[in-house]
Formats: sequence, structure tokens, C-alpha cells
Amino acid sequence: MSFLFALALMAGLAVLLGAVLGWAAIKFKVDEDPLVDKIDAVLPQTQCGQCGYPGCKPYATAIANDEAPINQCPPGGTDGIHKLAELLGKEFIPFDDGGGAAEKPRAVAVIREDVCIGCTLCIQACPVDAIVGAAKQLHTVIESECTGCELCIAPCPVDCIDMVVVGENVNTWKWRYPVIQLKQVH
Amino acid sequence: MNAQIFPFHGGVHPPEMKDLSNRSPIVAMPIPARLSIPLQQSIGNIAQPLVSVGERVLKGQMLAAANGNISAAVHAPTSGQVIALDAQAVAHPSGLTQSCLTLASDGLDEWIAREKFDWRAAMQRGDAKAIREYVQNMGVVGQGGAVFPSHLKLISREPLDTLIINGAECEPYITCDDRLMRERAIEIVAGIAIVRQLLNAKQVLIGIEDNKPEAIEALRTALMGCGFSAQVVVVPTLYPSGGAKQLIKLLTNIEVPSGVRSTDLGVQCFNVATIYSIYAALEHAEPVISRVVTLTGNVEKPCNVEALIGTPIDDLLKFAGLKSPSDCIYGGPMMGFTLPSTQVGLTKAGNCIIAMDAANFPEKPREMPCIRCGECAVACPQELQPMDLYWFARSKNFGKAQERNLFDCIECGACAYVCPSSIQLVDYYRFAKSEIWDAERAKKSADTARERHEFKQFREEREKEEKAARLAARAAGQSVSARAAPKPPVGEVAATEASVAPIADGDDKAAKIRAAMARAAAAKGETPASSAAAPAIDADKAAKIKAAMAAAAAKKAAANTPAAHNPTDVAGAGLPQDTVAKPAIDEEKAAKIRAAMAAAAAKKAAKVAGETAPVVEPVIAGVENPVEAVVEKPAMDEEKAAKIRAAMAAAAAKKAAKAAQSDKDAQ
Repeated sequence: MSFLFALALMAGLAVLLGAVLGWAAIKFKVDEDPLVDKIDAVLPQTQCGQCGYPGCKPYATAIANDEAPINQCPPGGTDGIHKLAELLGKEFIPFDDGGGAAEKPRAVAVIREDVCIGCTLCIQACPVDAIVGAAKQLHTVIESECTGCELCIAPCPVDCIDMVVVGENVNTWKWRYPVIQLKQVH
Repeated sequence: MNAQIFPFHGGVHPPEMKDLSNRSPIVAMPIPARLSIPLQQSIGNIAQPLVSVGERVLKGQMLAAANGNISAAVHAPTSGQVIALDAQAVAHPSGLTQSCLTLASDGLDEWIAREKFDWRAAMQRGDAKAIREYVQNMGVVGQGGAVFPSHLKLISREPLDTLIINGAECEPYITCDDRLMRERAIEIVAGIAIVRQLLNAKQVLIGIEDNKPEAIEALRTALMGCGFSAQVVVVPTLYPSGGAKQLIKLLTNIEVPSGVRSTDLGVQCFNVATIYSIYAALEHAEPVISRVVTLTGNVEKPCNVEALIGTPIDDLLKFAGLKSPSDCIYGGPMMGFTLPSTQVGLTKAGNCIIAMDAANFPEKPREMPCIRCGECAVACPQELQPMDLYWFARSKNFGKAQERNLFDCIECGACAYVCPSSIQLVDYYRFAKSEIWDAERAKKSADTARERHEFKQFREEREKEEKAARLAARAAGQSVSARAAPKPPVGEVAATEASVAPIADGDDKAAKIRAAMARAAAAKGETPASSAAAPAIDADKAAKIKAAMAAAAAKKAAANTPAAHNPTDVAGAGLPQDTVAKPAIDEEKAAKIRAAMAAAAAKKAAKVAGETAPVVEPVIAGVENPVEAVVEKPAMDEEKAAKIRAAMAAAAAKKAAKAAQSDKDAQ
């Protein structure tokens, strides 16, 4: 008798717990791969496509699926590769020289306003809507929103967009790593 | 007599060196010929300039207005003419430039009409906001060194328990607050009365180090019969007792925890110089246009001067009589920094300028390895573990450094002062802090970019859907009318649709509708036979081909000699337009005009091939008008497309002309 009771109890428990698990699987279903989001958080979000993918998220997805190496993001720089390597438990790999992916200083697009004809092509190309303007009105780049992706340069029919390197200012200046001054010995 | 003192942890006692400069009264610095006034003189946003170059300004006139809440106004220290508004070197360790206003003084020192603000009436009305705004517009910032806008500290929702007046002035060499307290005690007490009333403070404590007996005496005398109770508390001379958290601990035994503001614990702290500025602003409508600054070190007559904001440091050093060319420290010897240039103007933060002499500022000894002796932890007034912070900052392990409360470090330099290995510890902390701030800025901008990119994708998707829905609705209406009675206007509509459609590219529905409409238009036989094949061609593609052909033609024309140029050649460039141009007669006309204009543009380009004259503007101007005149409203999109094409043709022609020019040069 007690054997049957134990059997029934265990079977009942199995059914109950199975139901709970099944319900939880539906209720707390994670739609997106959390790893993609984690990788995406490390990427610099310039949406420049220099990695060969149409934006940072697609590249993050490709990395998560092991379809792309982690050294394809020039705006992220060497630091970015280190972070990705750490996140994914992979070996650090430097930028490959042949691929054209190399680190660049941060720059923003600047429209030469006397040349701009107001064609709106750059506005359509900007991945972060950082260019304001309307048809036949001159356009301008919102500097604080520009990611420096250079996607607006190619479509411009009159070549009026330049990339200007953003230097340091008093507020973004960084204290240098302390170094010991070397003295010249005569 | 003295209240109880609650010592803080750590602290050091470096040689005071205060008697160099505290023996003579404050002297007024003569008005310099030229003042360089930085627009950022407070924490937060840079002030927005209100004056333009060439303008004459009067003493006390607002030159730049506060921008946002965490910001303070900047005023003209004397009357004169604004001669420049540009980026100039500022008093900052980086030596970088920042927006500065250069004022050529006229020596008249003519005040602007001052209107006294009745803060007592505002107080009675309960209008604390007006008082804060006034203080902000007077440019009052914390003059102890942090330059935090003072109006932000004048907020109190409930009565403040303790108002602390910081007269500790703990750093060696600096004596400006000492002299100010000795000479202007009555004004300071009046200022304390104002702040006390604004904050509704229950208790007022004035903390002064015991190495300033004259200042203590002066304030005690001034407080007698002032009508409110305030106590001068003498604190032992121990650096950094003038740090806000240290002084609060000393006077009230309250330890301000990490990440908590002292206001939340019922304590507010003001420097004596700031109190004096608040008094001058509220009682005499004087904005902060000058400050007392200690000039000491390697100078003939070390002293305290009241100098106008913007006075070049060079002038100050000359006034004090610089003995020999030497580097200068801006601020105190513990927390200040070496000025990259002495051409910069004095700021509201500049309490001391020390000309470094070899005897008192020997060259930094060589850094030795950390032996983990723990002296720094004993000295740290913030009770941190400096050796750990050093270790993590050195190995660029910023996360760990932050975990060890790097940001609680006040950079007082006590740890570096006691370090037997002469490690410049603070340099490492500053390095780590600025790296972390930089990473945070990058993270923030990446997040914004991600958000904006996602929104753009969402917007494009939405627009696509809306367009498809609109087209479907129109197509449904059209097929009904087309079946009923095929009339000419339908063809016109079809033409406009076809030009709109390419944007909805990739959408099956839209493509089908487009194809159907093109077929309907073709069936009506209003288009030339050649365009019957057009429906499948994407109008966008066609435009590109056309532009490329126009460019090619232009290039060809430019390559040939101008005389050999043949208009029919270029007219050919316009030909494909006929295949694209849809039934409507207006459209055909427009296409012809475009073709002619492309030809004209190319011709012009060919003519100017020898010179690099600005081709773009005249060509575009010539192109735009006729099109606008002929093409009617329904063909709006066509018009836009035509303009873009024309502009592209013009650009191509320009390029071709340039190429021709360089070819010629090469020959």
C-alpha cells in the first residue's frame, strides 16, 4: 500500500513540477539572446558598418553566433577588443592589417554649408538622425549626436561633408598616466 | 569657551609657510590693461556670452549669462571694450584653450547702474526662487576652490540644523581667507546673517584653525551684538581640516557617508570668501568681479591682493615682484597644479599663486616601488586605502578602484606627502578618475546613439507601412475609376505615383501596385513606345543611370576641346529621360528642359575647363528657375528628383572640369 502511495506521490509531484516548469518557460521566456545585448552594450554604437554588418546589433548577433571575429570594430578600438575578449572568454586578437579595420581617432561630420545643395541624401543615410535639414534647405550636423560613422559622405552628390577630428577640450581632457621624467645625461 | 572638537581620521601637518604673506593688509591690485575672462568659472555649464566684440561694457555688466541650473553668470570686472571672444589658454592643468572674453580696460572703472535687490522683501514673500536666481545672476560660486554655484546651496525645504562657515584655510602658504576675516569681519558676519536667514539655520558654527588667532579674535568681536547666536570654533591646525567633510566631522561629529550630501544630514558648509561675495551681491548689488588672492613663494613682497577676475597671472607676479623666472602653482602646494602658462587670467577659483623656488619645491625624488607600509592609509582623511587605489589605478583596473571608493578621494595629497617611496599617488588617482569619467561619457553617447538608431529603424518601418497603406487605398480607388471610364487624368496620377513609389522599394504590395499602374498608363497609349518597357525599371535606378550618363557626357565634353564640343552629344545624355518621363505632357516638357539644361551645364563646364571658376552656383541657379516655372504641382516629386539630378550633373561637370584642368596642368 505504502509503495503505491509513494509512487502516486512521486508521480503527482512530477506532474505538478512539470506544469510549473512549463508555465515558467512560457511566462518568463527570454525573446532575445541576452548575450547579444551584452555584446551590443560593449560595441560603440556608431552604426558605421565598418565591420561589414549593417549596424552594431547585427555585428553583435554575428559575434554571439560565432560567425564573426571580435576584431572587426575600428571605432571600438583595441580597448573594445579587450572588452569583447573578456566578455566572451576568448583570446585577444589584434586588428588584422589586411582587412582595413584599424583604430581611428573620434571624428564628427561637418557639412560645408556654402556648398550644400539641400538634397537630403545625407539625412537619409545617417543612422542616428543626427543631420537636420529639409529639401532645398541647407543641412547641418548635430555635433553631439554624430557618431562619426562616415555613412553620409558617400551619398553626398557635391562632396560637401568633411570628417573633423574631435580634439580634447578642458572638460574632456584626461590626466595622463604618471610617468617618470627621464633626465638627459651628458 | 571653545566647543567640543571631534577629530577626523588621518591628516598631515606640512610646514605652514603662512607668515610669508599674512603680515600685510590686502592691497588693491591696479586695473590691468587687458583682462582675459574665462566664460567657464564654475562647475557645470559654460556661461553664454551676451556681448559682442567691439562693444563697450561697464564694470559689473553681465558678460555671459548662466546656462542652465548648474552654471553661474560672468561679469565685467571693469569698464572697457571687448576686444576678443575666442578660445584662449585658461588656468587648467591641461594647458588647453577655452572660450574667453578679452577686455581692454579703459581705466575709468565706470560702474553700471546698480539696482539693489530687496532680498528681505522677497524673503517675506517666501520667494526663495527669486533670491537664488539673483545670486546665480551675480555669479556667486564657492571660492574655496570647488567653484560650485552657490545658489544651489541656498535651498532649504526645512530648517537647517547647522550652518558651517569654513575659515579653516588649512593648506600651507594660503592666507587670503585669513586676511579677509581679519579685515572684513563685519561684512562676513553680515553675510552669515543673510545666509543664516535664507537657510533658516538653527545653529551657526565658524571653524577656524588655531594658527589664525587674529582672525578668530576679529570674528568674535564682530559677532558681539550681531543679533544672532554664532560660535567661532577653534580647530587644531591639521591639513586637511578645511575639507568640507573633515570640517563637518570636526565641528559636529557627523560623518558624511559616501554618496550622501551633507545637506541631507542637515549641515551646509560655506567658505568665508563665498559668504563675503553673497553679502556684496545682496547688500550692495556687486557681482563677483574680484577676489582676494595670495601671491607668495619666490617673490619680493609676498602679499594678498584684491585682484579683478581675468587679471593675467603675469601681471600679478610682476606686482609681487617675481625674483627669478619660475614655474607657478595655481592653488595651494598640496592640491594646486602647475600653471602651463602665466598668460592666463585669474578665475574665481584662484585663491593662491605660488612662485616655486628651488629651496621649498625641490625636484620630485625618483619614485620607488610601493612597500605597502600603510603610512598613506594612516594619513588618509577619507579613511580610504590609498595603496590599493594606487595599485588598481596603476594597473588600469578601474572597476576595482571604483569599488574601493576612488571617487571619495578628495585629492588632498596627504598620502603622497607621507609616502616614503615618494610615489605621486594623487596623479594616479586623477588619471584613474578621468579615465572612468571618459568611459562614462563614451557609454552615455553610445546609449544615445543606440536609442536614436533604433528609433530611426522604427520610424522607417512605420513610414514604409504608412506609404503602403496609402498606396493600396489609392490603387483600390483608382482601379474602380479606371474600369469605369479611362480618362487622361488617370495617367497623370499614375505618373506621380510612379515617381513616389521607389521610396517604398522592397515592399511587395507597393511594387505590385506600381507595376499595375504603369501597365494601365501604358495601355492608354499616351506614352511613347519606348517607355512601354519602362514600368519594370525602378525610377530611382533610372535616375542614377541618367545622372551617370550626363556625367559621362560632361566628362567627354570637357575632355574634348571647347570648340569641338557638340550639343547633340550632350542632348543624348538627356535622352533616357524620355523613357522615364511618364505620359503627362508637362512631364515631357520638363524632361526636355532638363535635358537642355544638362547640355547647357556641360557646355558651361567645358568652357570653364581652363579655369577653376565656381561652376556650381550659377548652374544650379540657372537650372532651378525654369523647372519651377514649368512643372506643375502634381509633379512635385519629379521636380525634386530633377533638381537632384541637375545638381549631380553639375557636380559631375565640375569634377570633369577639374580633371580636365589637372590634365592640362600635367601636360
